Amino acid sequence: MSLADAQGQMIDDTAWSGGHGGVGDYFALLKPRVMSLVIFTALVGIVLAPGGIHPVLAATALLCIAIGAGASGALNMWYDADIDRVMSRTRNRPIPAGRVTGDEALAFGLTLSGFSVLVLGLLVNWFAAAFLAFTIFFYVVIYTMWLKRSTPQNIVIGGAAGAFPPVVGWAAVTGSVSLEPLVLFLIIFMWTPPHFWALALFKSGDYEAANVPMMPVVAGERSTRTQILAYSLVLAPIGVLPWIMGFAGLAYGLVSAALGVAFVIFAYRVWAMRKGDAARKAAVRLFSFSILYLFLLFAMLLGEHLLIALISGPAR
Amino acid sequence: MTEDGIRLTEEQKRRRRARNIAIGLAIGALVVLFYLVTIVKLGPGVVNRPL
Repeated sequence: MSLADAQGQMIDDTAWSGGHGGVGDYFALLKPRVMSLVIFTALVGIVLAPGGIHPVLAATALLCIAIGAGASGALNMWYDADIDRVMSRTRNRPIPAGRVTGDEALAFGLTLSGFSVLVLGLLVNWFAAAFLAFTIFFYVVIYTMWLKRSTPQNIVIGGAAGAFPPVVGWAAVTGSVSLEPLVLFLIIFMWTPPHFWALALFKSGDYEAANVPMMPVVAGERSTRTQILAYSLVLAPIGVLPWIMGFAGLAYGLVSAALGVAFVIFAYRVWAMRKGDAARKAAVRLFSFSILYLFLLFAMLLGEHLLIALISGPAR
Repeated sequence: MTEDGIRLTEEQKRRRRARNIAIGLAIGALVVLFYLVTIVKLGPGVVNRPL
């Protein structure tokens, strides 16, 4: 109810000042930093999938997945404009800053969502397109509209939306889903809670002010630290699974094991240091390292696969 | 298009033009993409159709 009011208020305030958004503002609505991670993980899904795909079709699939992710970002910013206005981290986004109206962002997000799914279906395959549509629905409706404001498990379940891109990439090549892309899904899924809770630990004031029930706000910092450590202990062995299951080589196995140990150490420091500047620094370090961790895991999968393909010659 | 409708400022007109150019480029890119994929999928078969 309050949201509807806030949304109505926003539209009223800006009804006569639409049309101010520049091209850069609309690009910002796509959340380009999140999009870059989506592109990267989807690319790994495409490259690892058996059978291969024509490079033009691979690029098309990647473009559609990227635009679909961007459209979800725009719809998320449309719906969350009221809380974005309160948080320091998001105050300068195009809608709260008044450069783009809520209606404009909604139209932009819906148009791009429709086009990304339609083009992926027409040019690549409809299974991947349906999966992309479900991903957009999951992020916008299940996560943004429902879970984010109602439960501290918001990013645990909502994390699935961020974990789908490699599966969509795989589906674009094979037209189906098998165990391997689900392992990639699981890695990102288990990585999301410690990543976001580390952020929430040093930004909890923001979330509290915006009434978003993030774990540190609802369950307290102590419980959050314990849960971060628990998720990290589960994540570390899952990170090694691609090697154990045989779709990644020894180099990946060694690197992922070392990175997993490092992740647990960073998480342990967050758990052990609970007060003052040291506690904040530990959370910031885990947050920064978590980004590097995910990037390196997928970069290793990609690099190793491309290297093997290069040595053994083209697959087709 | 009556005279008493919303009047855009010069800045709004400038940004609208920039947005229009971006939309035009995006549509152009989509045309090129569909052309390329048609060639990739059909290859020489693109001319093989009943007249």
